[in-house]
Amino acid sequence: MDLARTEVASRKSRKESATRMGLMALPVAFFAVFFAYPVAAIVARGLKIDGAWRFGRIGEVLAQSDIRHVLWFTTWQALASTALTLLIALPGAYVFARFDFRGKQVLRAVVTVPFVLPTVVVGTAFLALLGRGGFLDQLWGVRLDTTVWAILLAHVFFNYAVVVRTVGGLWSQLDPRQEEAARMLGASRFAAWRRVTLPALSPAVAAAALMVFLFTFTSFGVVQILGGPTFSTLEVEIYRQTSEIFDLATAAVLTIVQFVAVGAILAVHAWTVRRRETALRLGAPELTVRRPRGAGQWALLGGVLASILVLLVLPLGVLVQRSLDAPGGYGFAYYKALTSADSGIFLVAPIAAIGNSLEYALAATAIAVVIGGLAAAALTRRTGRLVRGFDALLMLPLGVSAVTVGFGFLIALDEPPLDLRSSWILVPLAQALVGVPFVVRTVLPVLRAVDGRLREAAAVLGASPWRVWREVDLPLVRRALLIAAGFAFAVSLGEFGATVFIARPDNPTLPVAVARLLGRAGDLNYGQAMALSTILMVVCAVALLLLERIRTDRTGEF
Amino acid sequence: MTKRKTTAVVIGLGLVTLSACGSSDSGGAGDSKTVTLVSHDSWAVSKSVLADFEKQSGYKVRVLKDGDAGQAVNKAILTKDNPQGDVFFGVDNTLLSRALDNGLFQSYEAKGSDQIVQQYRIDQDRHRVTPIDSGDICVNYDKAYFSKHKLAPPASFDDLIKPAYKNLLVTENAGTSSPGLGFLLGTAAKYGDDGWQDYWKKLKANGVKVVDGWEQAYNDEFSGSAGGKKAKADRPLVVSYASSPPAEVIYADPKPKAAPTGVASGTCFRQVEYAGLLSNAKNTKGGKALLDFLISVKFQDDMPLNMFVYPVRETAQVPEEFVKFGPQAKNPETLAPAKIADNRDQWVKSWTSLVLK
Repeated sequence: MDLARTEVASRKSRKESATRMGLMALPVAFFAVFFAYPVAAIVARGLKIDGAWRFGRIGEVLAQSDIRHVLWFTTWQALASTALTLLIALPGAYVFARFDFRGKQVLRAVVTVPFVLPTVVVGTAFLALLGRGGFLDQLWGVRLDTTVWAILLAHVFFNYAVVVRTVGGLWSQLDPRQEEAARMLGASRFAAWRRVTLPALSPAVAAAALMVFLFTFTSFGVVQILGGPTFSTLEVEIYRQTSEIFDLATAAVLTIVQFVAVGAILAVHAWTVRRRETALRLGAPELTVRRPRGAGQWALLGGVLASILVLLVLPLGVLVQRSLDAPGGYGFAYYKALTSADSGIFLVAPIAAIGNSLEYALAATAIAVVIGGLAAAALTRRTGRLVRGFDALLMLPLGVSAVTVGFGFLIALDEPPLDLRSSWILVPLAQALVGVPFVVRTVLPVLRAVDGRLREAAAVLGASPWRVWREVDLPLVRRALLIAAGFAFAVSLGEFGATVFIARPDNPTLPVAVARLLGRAGDLNYGQAMALSTILMVVCAVALLLLERIRTDRTGEF
Repeated sequence: MTKRKTTAVVIGLGLVTLSACGSSDSGGAGDSKTVTLVSHDSWAVSKSVLADFEKQSGYKVRVLKDGDAGQAVNKAILTKDNPQGDVFFGVDNTLLSRALDNGLFQSYEAKGSDQIVQQYRIDQDRHRVTPIDSGDICVNYDKAYFSKHKLAPPASFDDLIKPAYKNLLVTENAGTSSPGLGFLLGTAAKYGDDGWQDYWKKLKANGVKVVDGWEQAYNDEFSGSAGGKKAKADRPLVVSYASSPPAEVIYADPKPKAAPTGVASGTCFRQVEYAGLLSNAKNTKGGKALLDFLISVKFQDDMPLNMFVYPVRETAQVPEEFVKFGPQAKNPETLAPAKIADNRDQWVKSWTSLVLK
C-alpha cells in the first residue's frame, strides 16, 4: 500500500518536472541564442588574446583608481535613486490601487509615458527645467544640471511607473477586508497594515525596488547627459571603452564586473522573495477601490497628484511647448515638416518612423509575451535550485549593457542560419530581450500567489494540468498578462540603446529618428526632434490608455 | 504534454524559426545586384542622385548606418572577416590608422582619384582608402552676443584664454565626442606635445565648460543656435563645425539674410573622411563602382548640403550658402594620422585628468 502510494507520488512529480522542462525549453533556447552566446562571444573576444585567456586583466583593471571611482559612484547613485523613487512613488501606488477619482485611467497612462521615452529626449527636457533659465532657475535661481540631483530626479521620472505598476497592480487586488479584520480584532491601523498588508505586498515592493535599482545601476543616457562628463557609471564606462576607445579587454572586464554585481543583487532578491511569499487572497480591484474619504485621504491624493505634476508632467510639457514654438509664432510648422523626405537624413519622411516603431514593438511584444509567459508558467511551482537559477537568469539582460549585447550580436549572429545582422527581426529580438523580464516579473508574483489548494482541488476533481491552468491560473493571471504585454510594448517603443545599433536608415524607429535629428544643427531639425518626441509621447499614451480600457472590460471575469 | 500545450510550443518555436528565416530575404548577402555601403549616422545623399547611380550601374544600393563615426569604424573592424557590406565610408583622419592597422580595407584606386585635391591624398602606394570629404572643427560664435556687448569675437586659440572671453566657451568631452577630440588635436597641433597641456590649464582657468556631446554643447549651451535660443543658453562660444553657420540658415524658416553665427577662423582643425573597399567584401565589383561614384562630380556636388562637409574633388562646386555664410578656414591645424594614432589615447587620458578631474 505504502509502496504504491510512493510510486504514484513519484510518477506525479516526474510528470510535473517533465511539464516544467517542456515549458522552459523555448525560453532557455531563446536566451542561450540571443543573449548568452552573443555576450560570451564579445567578452571572449576581449579577454582572449592569441588564443590564450588573459584573466590577469581583471586584476589590472580593478586596480585602477578611475575604475574604482566609477564603481563607487554607480552603486551609491543607484541606491539613492531607488530609495528616492520608492519614497515618492509608493504613495502613488497606494493612491492608484485604492482610490477612485476622475481621470485616473488617463493619469495612469501618463505616468507610464516617461518610462518609455528615450533618454536623449528626457535629458533635453530636464535640462530645460533644471538648467539655466529653467523653471527652478527662474523661481529661485537654483540650477541642478551637472549635479547628482538632476540624475536622481530624472531616475525618479523614469521609474515612477515601475513602482506604481508593479506594486499598485498587486495592491489593488489585495482584499482590504483582511486588514479590516485585523483591526476588528484590536490591532491598530499601523499594526494591521504592518502585519497584514505589508507582508503581502513586500514581494512586489522588492521586485519593483530591484527593477529600479537595476535600471539606475546600469543607467546610461541620463548620467551621460545630465551628469556632464564628470559622472560616469559602469555602463557609461563600458560604452566608452567599447565604442570610443576600442579597448575590448577593459570593456570585457567591466562587463564581467557588472554581470557579477547584477547576479548578486538578483540572488539576494530571489532569497527575500522566497522568504516572504505567501498565498494571498486576491480580489477584483473594483471591490477594493473607493472615493477618498476625510481630509487625510484627500490630502494624500492631492500630494500625489502634485508630485506627479511637478516631476512627471512638467518635463513632458516642456517638450510639447518646444515642439509648438515655431519661428513664426506658436503653430504646427515643425509637425508639417515631418512629412517631407527632403532633409536626406533618412531617405523617408521622419513621420514614417511611427509605423516602423509600432511594427517593431508589436513583434517584440509578441515574442516577449510568449517567452515570458512560458517562463512564468514554468516557474510557478518553485522547487529546485535549477528553477530558481533560471528565474534569476531571465532578469540578467536588464543588467547587461546594450552596447555589449549589440557588439555581441555583430560577431556572434553573423553566419547562416543565424545571420541576423541585417535582418529587421533583430530589432524586435533585442527589444524582447528587455521585455521578457517585465512579463515574468509582472505575471509571476500573481501566479505564485494563487492558492495551490485551488489547483489541487481541480486536479482531484479530474482536471488535466492544462485545464487546471486554464480554469484556475489564467483568469487570475490575465490582468497581469495584459499589464505585462503593455509594459513590453512600451519598453519596445522607447528602446534606444540596442535599436540604434541595428535600425536601418530606411526604417528608423521614433527614438532613433529623434536622436538623429538632434544630432544636426539648425532650427528645423531641433523643432522636428521635439515634434517627434511629442508624437512618441502621444503614441505611448494612447497605447497605454487602450490597455487601461481592455483591463477594465475584462475584470468582470474575475 | 497535452496536445494544446504542444501547439503553443510549436507556435513559439515557429516564431523564432520565422525570425531566423527573415534574414535570408532581407540580408542581400552574396547578391551581385546589390551593393552595401556601411557608414555612420551622418551619411546622407539626395534621393535623385542615388537613383541615378542605381540606374546607370545596375546596382541596388543598400545603406547600413552603423552608429556614430567611432562606433561605425569599431564595428567594421570587429566584423572584418565577415563584413556587413562592401564599402565603408566615414573613417576620418583621427581613426584612420586604427582601420588600416587592422586590415579593414583592400586596395582599389578609384576612377577619378587624380582629380582629388593633392593634400588629401595619402596611402598612395597602396590605395586602400579614398578621400571623400573634408570639414573643419572650429569655435563658432553667437553674433548677437558679441555685437550686444560691443566685443570683438575671438579669432584664434590664443584669444580664447584672454580675460575678455572668460566663461564664454563650451566644448565637448574629448574622450567621447569627435568635435571634442578634434578641438584637443587642434590645440596639440598648434602648441605641440609640450605646450598643449599648459594651454588647457589656462583655458580651464578661463572658465571653459565641458559637456559630453555635441548635441548638448550646441543645442543646449550655445546661445547662437536655434535650440540654444529656446533653452536660454548662455555660452556664446562653442566647439562645432565650420559648416554649422550655413546650417543655421538652411534649416531656418523663414531664412535669415545672414547667418546668426560665425566661425573663429584661427581655431580650426581639419577632418578628412575616407572610404574604402572592405576586405572580404562579397561584391567587390559593385563596391568598386560605388567608390567611383563617391568621388564622381555628381556625388561631390550633392554632398555638401546633405552632410555639411566640403568636397575633395578639385572641380566640385561648393554651394553658395557655404561661401556666403561660412567660408572654409584658410589655415586649419592638421596632424598626420600616424601621429594621431600614436598619441590619441595618451592625450585623451592626460586631457581627462587635467580638465575633468
